[in-house]
Amino acid sequence: MLRLIEWLAATHWSIALHESLYVYPLVESVHVLTLGLFVGLAVMLDLRLLGLALRRVPVSEVIARLLPWEKAGFTIMVITGGLLFYAIPVRTYQSVFFRAKVAMLLLAGLNVWVFHSRVERRIADWDVAPVPPRAARIAAIASLVLWAGIIVAGRMIAYNWFDCDIQPQPAFINWAAGCVLPPHELR
Amino acid sequence: MNTSLLPFFQWCEATAIGHAIKASPWLFPLIEAVHLLGLATLGGSLLLLDLRMLGFGLRRSTISEVEREARPWLLGSIVVMMVTGTALFLSESVKCYYSQPFWVKITTIPVALLFSLTVRQRVARAGTSQPTGRSRGVAIVSLALWLTVAAAGRWIGFS
Repeated sequence: MLRLIEWLAATHWSIALHESLYVYPLVESVHVLTLGLFVGLAVMLDLRLLGLALRRVPVSEVIARLLPWEKAGFTIMVITGGLLFYAIPVRTYQSVFFRAKVAMLLLAGLNVWVFHSRVERRIADWDVAPVPPRAARIAAIASLVLWAGIIVAGRMIAYNWFDCDIQPQPAFINWAAGCVLPPHELR
Repeated sequence: MNTSLLPFFQWCEATAIGHAIKASPWLFPLIEAVHLLGLATLGGSLLLLDLRMLGFGLRRSTISEVEREARPWLLGSIVVMMVTGTALFLSESVKCYYSQPFWVKITTIPVALLFSLTVRQRVARAGTSQPTGRSRGVAIVSLALWLTVAAAGRWIGFS
């Protein structure tokens, strides 16, 4: 995997993107600002599922009306996020924060899938309830916690505290980051 | 930029809070992350109403109902943004003084706040169920103002 990432880092466009004066900051700004659209509207749906907002609007209505915007937001996030990774592949791949972010993204996806395939199937029973049943509220809390974690971890990728080229680090960090250390730095 | 303001910015950076944040390696990133959590919630509560005023989103609810439901989250996230934003500012006030995006942001914020809490709120509460030319215009101005604040804020970090 690391060799693939290293190959990616050596491609012309990766270097161009990394060294660009305006394109990289622009892509990063779009990534950050789209938080307001994608995570922002997800938060609104979660608040509805918790019975903390839009209590008089049926849950199915909130989901149906916000879904196209969520899809658009998600698409922008994936494209800009992919470009940010492509600009700095090796360091990002070996970042503990990036790895934590990917893990939490997978969990958030799993949470959506569980909600969609199990909880939402019986939505007719509680669609208009001001406070949805426990399973729906648990999914909402899981979503809020995971997205908060994803945002924090994503922001921390920018900091180099645990980078592989800053040694010594605790063995756990080097393991989690997948650092490949020269023999004299192995402990 | 008025040179007479520089001593004030230097004073800001010399405050105990500014010092404490600067002295800690993880306090700034942490506050920054909370600022981003606020940004997401602020974006969501703004968009909910602005989209509705444009004729999208929760179309079966009235504009005034969406305004009422979004308001506590809008105000709450603004408070979070103000508190964390001030803390970040105190830790690097002098850098901000020389940053053009900072001045764009700090002058747009009062306009955006004033617009949201007066014109936008009044038009939304007028309670039409269908968007009008006026509500669309208000939504576009609201989005443009807050987008300017957010983009300028991100750009402070690049300067």
